Amino acid sequence: MTTESGADSEAKQPQENKEKGKAKEAAKPENQPEELPAAAGHSTPARKEQEPQEDDQVSHQSSTSRLSRSPLKGVKKVKIMQCKVTMLDGSDFSVNVEKRVRGHVLFDKVCDHLNLLERDYFGVTYRDVENQKNWLDPNKELKKQIRTGPWNFAFNVKFYPPDPAQLTEDITRYYLCLQLRDDVVSGRLPCSFATHTVLGSYTVQSELGDYDPEELGSDYISELRFAPNQTKELEEKVMELHKTYKGMTPADAEIHFLENAKKLSMYGVDLHHAKDSEGVEIMLGVCSSGLLIYRDRLRINRFAWPKILKISYKRNNFYIKIRPGEFEQFESTIGFKLPNHRAAKRLWKVCVEHHTFFRLVSPDAPPKKFLSLGSKFRYSGRTQAQTRRASSQIHRPAPLFERSASKRYNMSRSLDGAPITESHETLMKDSAADGAAKVIAKGDVITTVTEKKAEEEKAEQDDAQMAAETPEPETPLRHDTKTDSEQTDFAFDGDMTATESEADEDSEMPTQDASPLEEMVKHQTSISELKRSFLETGDNTSGLTEWEKRLSSSPARSPRADEPPMIVPLEPQDTKDEQPAGEETKEEVEPKLSEAARYLVKYVVDSMATDLATSSGPHGLSLSTTMDDDVFMDGTLREVDEKTPDSQEELSERAELKVSPGAVRQEVSQAISDKKGTLIILKDSEDKVDTEGKAMSPVDEEEESIIPEEDEAEENEMLSASKEKETIKEDTSVEARNAEDKTQRLRIEIKTEDLTQIKGIDSPKKAMASWISEEVKTEASEVISVTNEVIEMTNGVNQEAEFFTFEEGQTEQTKSFKEVQTKKSEFFEEVQTKKSEFFEEVQTKKSEFFEEVRKEQSEFFEEVQKEQSEFFEDVQKEQSRLTQITISESSTTSLAASTLGWVPSSEKTSAEPQEEMVVATETEAAPAESTGPTSLDVVEVGTKEVPVVHTETKTITYESAEPDTNGDVDPGVLLSAQTITSETTSTTTTTHITKMVKGGISETRIEKRIVITGDSDIDHDEALAQAIKEAKEQHPDMSVTKVVVHKETEITPEEGED
Amino acid sequence: MAGFGHYTHAIVRGIPASLAKEALRSSQSEVDLAGARKEHEAYVQVLGTRLGLEVVELPADESLPDCVFVEDAVVVCGDTALITRPGAESRRKETEVMKAALKNLNLNIVEMTDENATLDGGDVLFTGQEFFVGLSKRTNQKGAEILADVFKDYAVSTVPVLQGLHLKSFCSMGGPGLILIGSSEHAQKTLKIMQQMSDHRYDKLTLPDDAAANCLYMNLPNKGHVLVHPTAEEYPESATVFDKLKDHMLIPVSNIEKTKVDGALTCCSVLITKRANI
Repeated sequence: MTTESGADSEAKQPQENKEKGKAKEAAKPENQPEELPAAAGHSTPARKEQEPQEDDQVSHQSSTSRLSRSPLKGVKKVKIMQCKVTMLDGSDFSVNVEKRVRGHVLFDKVCDHLNLLERDYFGVTYRDVENQKNWLDPNKELKKQIRTGPWNFAFNVKFYPPDPAQLTEDITRYYLCLQLRDDVVSGRLPCSFATHTVLGSYTVQSELGDYDPEELGSDYISELRFAPNQTKELEEKVMELHKTYKGMTPADAEIHFLENAKKLSMYGVDLHHAKDSEGVEIMLGVCSSGLLIYRDRLRINRFAWPKILKISYKRNNFYIKIRPGEFEQFESTIGFKLPNHRAAKRLWKVCVEHHTFFRLVSPDAPPKKFLSLGSKFRYSGRTQAQTRRASSQIHRPAPLFERSASKRYNMSRSLDGAPITESHETLMKDSAADGAAKVIAKGDVITTVTEKKAEEEKAEQDDAQMAAETPEPETPLRHDTKTDSEQTDFAFDGDMTATESEADEDSEMPTQDASPLEEMVKHQTSISELKRSFLETGDNTSGLTEWEKRLSSSPARSPRADEPPMIVPLEPQDTKDEQPAGEETKEEVEPKLSEAARYLVKYVVDSMATDLATSSGPHGLSLSTTMDDDVFMDGTLREVDEKTPDSQEELSERAELKVSPGAVRQEVSQAISDKKGTLIILKDSEDKVDTEGKAMSPVDEEEESIIPEEDEAEENEMLSASKEKETIKEDTSVEARNAEDKTQRLRIEIKTEDLTQIKGIDSPKKAMASWISEEVKTEASEVISVTNEVIEMTNGVNQEAEFFTFEEGQTEQTKSFKEVQTKKSEFFEEVQTKKSEFFEEVQTKKSEFFEEVRKEQSEFFEEVQKEQSEFFEDVQKEQSRLTQITISESSTTSLAASTLGWVPSSEKTSAEPQEEMVVATETEAAPAESTGPTSLDVVEVGTKEVPVVHTETKTITYESAEPDTNGDVDPGVLLSAQTITSETTSTTTTTHITKMVKGGISETRIEKRIVITGDSDIDHDEALAQAIKEAKEQHPDMSVTKVVVHKETEITPEEGED
Repeated sequence: MAGFGHYTHAIVRGIPASLAKEALRSSQSEVDLAGARKEHEAYVQVLGTRLGLEVVELPADESLPDCVFVEDAVVVCGDTALITRPGAESRRKETEVMKAALKNLNLNIVEMTDENATLDGGDVLFTGQEFFVGLSKRTNQKGAEILADVFKDYAVSTVPVLQGLHLKSFCSMGGPGLILIGSSEHAQKTLKIMQQMSDHRYDKLTLPDDAAANCLYMNLPNKGHVLVHPTAEEYPESATVFDKLKDHMLIPVSNIEKTKVDGALTCCSVLITKRANI
């Protein structure tokens, strides 16, 4: 990419016109502003000029897109800038755009000019003051990005498709080839001599066609470049090969070219200079599969996206937090020094984008359905999956295009450039428009929300704005850009979740994707509708009465053991969504409701990624990093809301026992209103970490005192519940479940209430806002340091992470704890052995299921996958052998630590176990005699539920070695946790979604507990398989890190045991 | 990698009498020279007669007791041969004859001249898609760098050799995308690292004995997958594991004597793919 001076481009008027003519077909009305000369005149990128324009912009913002069509006052005021874009073939393309348009306008124009439909792999770059290449942000105004430099750009491949053969159109491959040729010649893509030869020969074939000595002569090849250091020998070899390609079409030659190029180890690797912690010069390479670390040419490490829990940058440091491997117990954060802050940020952005593009499946976005909920933290373009899908919709006749320097294939030339089939262009445009509409819609909703809380939010916003002292051009602008993608994509909070199974995005998107159920969709729609109306009306207390009724009519609440008390902070959005839905859909709809809720939650979670940082405010995680105003504001809001319901829930759950719903409500809301500002602190105190004792210390205390009690209560509840269950069997459990459902609803309701409350109560919020802004300011001036605080926090919070499971200060558990630990290790060993034994067998066999699973999963997971599926099989076998199965707490708890786990268990099965082939049965040995707490890995877990009497408990944990989440002694700050329960006749699915911030990176875990209630007529195998399958479908991009099968067989109640 | 294992030539070298006493070894053991020679003969026969490779036999050199282990002297990939700089000083001269032989085969020869670099071919595992270079007593970072520089097309990842002489003392390729690996802790650990470093996916076959994981894989016309592996006498447990490779032609070759001087099956030959000239 050549960079030229601004003067250059400005002086290029005539040439530009020429270019224009060439690009006529592609040219849109906007391309011909009458006052071109004027535009040129204005194109001086003087900074001063830009400022006054802002006003202009505000008033005309909405009209930018149709500016060309309304050449009235708009055109007069609007400054037209001439952009010079260096194309992949080295030519320059000049195009005029309005000065304040966003990046995508330019990008689209270029793509139109190229007649390129599969454009998501490409991007536009510009050089910053340091002459570093930066990707143009499609959602930010050009002038904000270009700042001082000339309006020179380059069109480049941004995401190198790992398998170019999957591209739909030849023209796309052609441009990819051009990029790669340049990569090769420039040395960015190193090749051996042999590869240079092969690539060169295909290049020649593509450009020049068949070897023809008469036409070409003998020296035809020297004009072409194939390698950084091209030798005569190379040229000869190229020619030799070229001769053998007779009859190969350019498109075929390009396919061959790409097939060879894609195998190169540096294909698509975006290298960044850095130093490691010891100051050794290394290179960081970002690619489709993850982050590669090179020292000289050697790969010294590699972090696949699934391995990375967090990516962040601070000043000129770039950090990745790594999931603990098999041999490590702790997560580790690895820091790299980049040459400067901008470089660190650039690397971070590239990582975020690559991760999103290649790792995330995106929702099938049933249009509009989720508009209102859209996730925040996303790279704004399509992901690879999306773009592939979109490409499959391309049905235009292969466009004729001119291959530059082509001497033979001038057929296309006779058509003069790049003819476009109009209809197809529109097709593509439509989808683009669609996307735009979406964004707008999202923006709308957000705005609505904002309005609701306009007051508080404003305060926050302002503060935040003031505080955020990002040098980035885009920062000041953020608040008026409401599009999701913007926030997501380039949020500067430095926080990113790039995790395998726990990634927000990962888990979320697929889920959304996987809702093929019609009713679901319907339901969702209605929910969002409801939500909208809810948003409009504002408060919604009507639901309460219904809840009250239900509550009062319900039998004494018997909290279910398998719904362990937990902190369930919800997002306001969620709440809103859930609440109306709950109202409308009565009990039968319950499962659906929860499903829907899950959806919503997912969204929230998704978006939370950005917010996390914010919500973790006190710890200064993301705040410290360059903040995005928008995100910040949002996050803050959410935080408040979020946390509130959280504590509220707890309260309500407990309070419920003795107090009437109404009272609860009041209490809760009271608490909430009091708490508003403290929420964060609440969290802290829970985490047993010293808060920075901010403003709300009094409340803090209150919280603290409350919490221990709660814990106690929780435990008691759990214990009793489990006992009860055992004795009373199904009835109880059903009851319990009902109760639970109700509780949940109650929760929901309360949350809603909460919202309303919040609305009314400004002061705490404001306090909070100001507090946060303070924080921000401090942080900002320091340019942020994430710091020990955070780490401490994290540690403290760890317990939180295991949420409902682990609670300190419960002495009763100590005893069993030890026991469990011993057992755990024993058991673990066994499992290990088992694993390896089975491994090979399975490998060869590879059941169908396995393959299916495999397909679904990206290749990074395959290893894990394999083991996992193996386990599933075992589990299934096991399952069939089981007789009486009860759910015990331990399963729950162990799950808690797992990323995605299924606990199939059943109660009261009549079939007798046939102890024949013992595949995984051996594993059970230890558990058999020991009661409840056999859950291997999660020691803390089992503890809680020590006394499972009268039952034989079997817990089998299958845990993939890779994503080792349990040992999580390195904790995080729990941001939110949510439990959703859905029920069908025989199964109860409880989904826990936890959000945590660990050292500044957010992590989402989804844990599913599926309780299969045992009736003899239920095929447990099938149920389990189904459950697993479903989960897979829901989270295609997640990997299963653990499966815990917990069975409880009822036995004669002889010995009470511990 | 379609062409992985499609070898046409093999370079081997005779066993000098000095091997019995002077060859480097990590454990003190008596080598039966005659036995070793007999085994080696059988080995060469398998390559040439049974498998139909064109075998180039280099003469033994008494001054180079380890010279039979030709693998360490060169890394061949495609039509490029990197003449190594063996980590053991006493073995440096082994490369000379090797180089001449490779030249005769018309390979592009690259020499490792950097005096700070050491590399033993036994530390280089080429999977068909990438290289892993074990950093061992014999191979250092610089050596690996040079290898990476020579074979630019491929990712070259370094992995630590925690125990044993070479990387391939406990692993080798058993087919395209199939890594044979020993079951020892360090072997497994190294495999983990390899997996982490790789963009590719590999299957693994775990052998109870580390040493049994060193086999010669080939993919030959009319024979398909071929695996030359240690015998059941040497490693009874591992031998049963090989039987799981149903698609492979399994050829057990005795290697008892050379094992005493740390010579595994791959050590004794350099396999080369010569394309039918383009």
